[in-house]
Amino acid sequence: MTKKHILSILVDNEPGVLSRIAGLFSGRGYNIESLCVAETAEPGESRITMVTAGDTLILEQIKKQLNKLINVIKVADMTDQDFVERELVLIKINAKAEHRAEILRIVDIFRAQVVDVSPEHYTISITGDADKITAIFSLLKPFGIREITRTGSIAMFREMKNKN
Amino acid sequence: MNRAGHAGDGYARATGKPGVCIVTSGPGATNMVTPLATAQMDSIPLVCLSGQVATKVIGNDAFQEADVTGITRPCTKWNYLVKDVKDLAKTIKEAFHIARSGRPGPVLIDLPKDVSIGKTVFKEPDDVVLRSYNPTYVPNRKQLQKVVDLIKKAEKPVIFIGGGVILSRAHKELTELARKTNIPVTGTLMGLGGYPAPDPLWLGMLGMHGTYRANMSVSECDLMIAVGVRFDDRVTGKTDEFATNAKIVQIDIDPTSIQKNIQVDLPVVGDCKISLEILNQMIDQEEDMDDFASRHPDWLKRIDEWKRTTPLAYDQKDVIKPQFVIEKLYELTKGDAIITTEVGQNQMWTAQYYHFSEPGRFISSGGLGTMGFGLPAAVGAQAAMPGKTVVDIAGDGSIQMNIQEMATAIQYHLPVKIVILNNGFLGMVRQWQQLFYDKCYSSTKFQHTPDFVKLAEAYGAVGLRATKPEEVEKVLKEGLACDRAVIMDFRVEPEECVYPMVPAGAPISKMLLV
Repeated sequence: MTKKHILSILVDNEPGVLSRIAGLFSGRGYNIESLCVAETAEPGESRITMVTAGDTLILEQIKKQLNKLINVIKVADMTDQDFVERELVLIKINAKAEHRAEILRIVDIFRAQVVDVSPEHYTISITGDADKITAIFSLLKPFGIREITRTGSIAMFREMKNKN
Repeated sequence: MNRAGHAGDGYARATGKPGVCIVTSGPGATNMVTPLATAQMDSIPLVCLSGQVATKVIGNDAFQEADVTGITRPCTKWNYLVKDVKDLAKTIKEAFHIARSGRPGPVLIDLPKDVSIGKTVFKEPDDVVLRSYNPTYVPNRKQLQKVVDLIKKAEKPVIFIGGGVILSRAHKELTELARKTNIPVTGTLMGLGGYPAPDPLWLGMLGMHGTYRANMSVSECDLMIAVGVRFDDRVTGKTDEFATNAKIVQIDIDPTSIQKNIQVDLPVVGDCKISLEILNQMIDQEEDMDDFASRHPDWLKRIDEWKRTTPLAYDQKDVIKPQFVIEKLYELTKGDAIITTEVGQNQMWTAQYYHFSEPGRFISSGGLGTMGFGLPAAVGAQAAMPGKTVVDIAGDGSIQMNIQEMATAIQYHLPVKIVILNNGFLGMVRQWQQLFYDKCYSSTKFQHTPDFVKLAEAYGAVGLRATKPEEVEKVLKEGLACDRAVIMDFRVEPEECVYPMVPAGAPISKMLLV
C-alpha cells in the first residue's frame, strides 16, 4: 500500500550531492513530493528533509539506495514515529474590503500572520504541519488564492518524554 | 575511445584488479558512458581518468567541454572533478578504494587541463576513511546459523551463484560448500566459472537460455541459497512464479540487491567469500555433519533424469553449427582459455557449450549487454595475461561494432583470437523475430558483410575461414597456434536458434526446447 513517508537525510555538503539524490529518484522512478535542504549546525553537513511515497518494498529500496550513496551519512524514516513537522507557506489571496474581516478571523484562528497588504490583496504567512496547511487552504480558497509558495516539510524526532 | 574503457574492464575481469583507462575531454569522455555503464551493471572495478577543459573556463561551453561528472553520475559508482592539483593524490587513492571495495564499480576522475599539467609535491595520502561508506564484509553469524538449519531441513536444495562469487573470488569456498552438503549448483551468466562446470553437481546456467535441468531444479527446489546474485529479469522470468516452493536465502554485500526483485526469506549482508567461509566452518561443527554429503539422493536422481532426457543438444549435419565450433574450441583449449564474448547468440552458445571452471575465464557484458565489448575486452585481458590464450567469440554483427580494435592488437603484439560465428544476421534479434514476430526479419539480415579474412589481413592480422564442418577443427587449431592476432570466420547455419528459450515474461519452467 502506498504511503507518505518523511525522510530525514544527513549528507556531506558537497557539490553534486543534490543532483545524485534527485538523479537516484528520477532514474529509479521514485516520487519526490517535497524537498527541503539546508546546512546543519555541523560545518560540512546538510540535512535534506524529503517527503516521498511508496509501498513498503519501494521505501525499503529508497532507503537502501540512499544509504548506498557515498556522501549520504544517515537516513532516518520518521514515519510511524513521534516527530514534529513544520512547513512555512506564503499565500497571496484576493482580499476585497467586504472579505477582509473574515480573512483576518481565519488568520487569527490559525495563528497565521498577514505580512503584506495592498488594496486588493493580503499575503499571509503560516507555519504548521500538513493538516493545518490543508485546513487553511480550504478555508481561504473561496476568496481566490492568487499564488502560493511552500518550503516543503521539515521535521525532527521528539525527545522521549518518559524515559522509563 | 569507448574501447579503452572495455579494455580496462577486460583487464579487471581477467585479473580481479581494478582496470584503468584514460580518455580526453568532451567526446572522449562522452564515449566512456557505454563502458562505464557496462562496468556499473556488472560491478567491475574500473578507474577512468578523463580530461576536462581548464578550471577557469568550465561552464563556458569551451572547445571539447562536456559536463562529464554530470553525464556519468548515474553510470558510475562514484565520480570526482578535481579542481586543485593538491587534491589529486588523495582523490586517486579514494577512487581506487571505492572502485574495488564493497560491491565494486567504476569510478571516474575528471581532470581539468590546468590540474593535469599542474605541479605539486607528492605526499603519500593517509589511508582512506569515509565515514559514510563502510561496506559490511563480515555477515551476522546468527543469520548464517539459520542458513545451516535450513540446509539441514531441506530436501530439494539448490545453490544459485552470480557475479558476486566471481568478484570476491569465492569459488573455492563455494565448491567446498556444495560438495560437503551435496547441493547442486546453478548460476547466472555472470556466475559462470564460480563452480567447476565439469562437476556432476553443476546444473548449467539458469534463466532465459538456461539448461532444462537448471530451470526445472530452481522451479521445484525447496531451498535456494543465492550467493552474489541480484535476481535479474533474464534469470527469474516471471517473478511471481520463480522458485515458489523455496525458502530463499540471499547472501550479498550490497543491501540494495536484497528484496529488490524477489522476496527473500533470509537475507545475509556480507562478502560472498567471507560468508561462505564462515558458513563452511559452521557446517563442520554440526554433529551430524558426516551424513550431509549423502543427503537428498532422490532429488539428485530427479535432476539427473532431467539432464538425461533433456540435455543441451544440436544436430550437426552439412552446415557448420555454431554450437559445434564452441564445443571444438572447448576441447582444443582444454577449457583453459580466457573467453570473451560479444552479445547475442554468440554469447549464449558460449555460456552453454564452453565449460568454465575458474573466475576470470569468462568475460562478457551481462547486465548492459554491450555489443562490441568482446574484442576490446580481449585486448585488455591479453595485455593482463600475456601467456594465456585469449579468444573473443563474436557474431558477424557484433564484431563490427569495435573492429578497429584490431589495430591496437597488432600495434601492441597482442595475439587475440577472434572466432566469428558468421550467420549473416543479427542472430538474437532475428531469433526473436522468428519466434515472436512471425518471421518478420526487420533490419536483421546483413545485405553486405565485409570479407573478414581480407579484413584481418588488411590490419596485418591472420585471416582464416571454415565453410564446412570438417574444416572447423583445422581452422581452430591453426588459429590457436598463431602468435599474431587472428580472425577465424566460421560460416555457420544462418537460422540456428539458441535453445532452450524462455519467452520474455514467462516462468522459467516454460521453455521452448526446439
